Amino acid sequence: MSDAMRAETVRITGHGGDEIEAYLAEPLDGPGSGGVVVIHHMPGYDAATKEITRKFAAHGYLAICPNLYSREAPGASPDDAAAAARANGGVPDDRLVGDVAGAIEHLKSLPLSNGKFATIGYCSGGRQSFLAACSLPLDAAVDCYGAFIVGSPPEGMPLKVGPIVHLAKDLSGPLLGLFGAEDQHPSPEQVAELAAELDKYEKVHDFHTYEGAGHAFFAVDRPSYRPEAANDGWRRIWDFFGRYLAS
Amino acid sequence: MCTYQTATLDVSGSGKGADGWFPVTRASVYFDHPVHAPAEHTLNVDLLNPDRGAGARVAVELDAASARALATAIIAMLESAPPGLVEESLRT
Repeated sequence: MSDAMRAETVRITGHGGDEIEAYLAEPLDGPGSGGVVVIHHMPGYDAATKEITRKFAAHGYLAICPNLYSREAPGASPDDAAAAARANGGVPDDRLVGDVAGAIEHLKSLPLSNGKFATIGYCSGGRQSFLAACSLPLDAAVDCYGAFIVGSPPEGMPLKVGPIVHLAKDLSGPLLGLFGAEDQHPSPEQVAELAAELDKYEKVHDFHTYEGAGHAFFAVDRPSYRPEAANDGWRRIWDFFGRYLAS
Repeated sequence: MCTYQTATLDVSGSGKGADGWFPVTRASVYFDHPVHAPAEHTLNVDLLNPDRGAGARVAVELDAASARALATAIIAMLESAPPGLVEESLRT
């Protein structure tokens, strides 16, 4: 097995049969690989998220990141697309699930696929990773500091985001949660509430909250980056996917 | 954190974007992660024309103190304009 990989923009069929853009990164050879759908953060389908997608391929996974803002802003730069999506009220939950399902179908069609799939998402994508794992048959999911799984956003805000903790009973696979102790969205209390809900339904989950870290501690291009938390988080992600996505 | 909180409003005027001047029709205002400014959170304003596509955008990301100072300066300038001028501009 070599370490060669290919990374490129592809077109996939998303929610409602819409053709959307996605970034695919895949090892070129080796044994069957698990598939990871990377759900980008609210600032969009940007260079940092594409780098994360390539990181999964470098670790032997088939990885794809759908551009959740494809419809609002086809061909626009990621920051313009994120601004347009925000002005439009954000990504509806049903559309997110349809786009993730389409991304999984694309991964399934790849010759190296071993038929196992997971989602991982950051920031707003953390909530969406949980949502996908409660709506689709997945082998694992990772939630990195997703806000508003528990708790409602402030009144009067135009974004179509509401609490989804009631979906915990439908979680289809093990959930790894990585959070910052100094984050308020989600707060440690909200993380504890989600954990209690998962306990109630005997859903396998593994949550870690890092001291000295707030929101977005994985983001290497932002002041919120906390290397110790991020490095330990990555170690846990590789261990988790090694257990649940292996052939 | 991602605050999600966003104020959106109709506006009327012009902005200068990557392809020159264009009419602006909508604005978004939010305190959240910036794309470029070296801070965890900034006050962000997007002046938009959705009919012309997502690229028809004038964006600024300001630290909170700058944003307050700018807002104060805008209100002060409107309030100190010669009598009748602001009202007249709204009629045209």
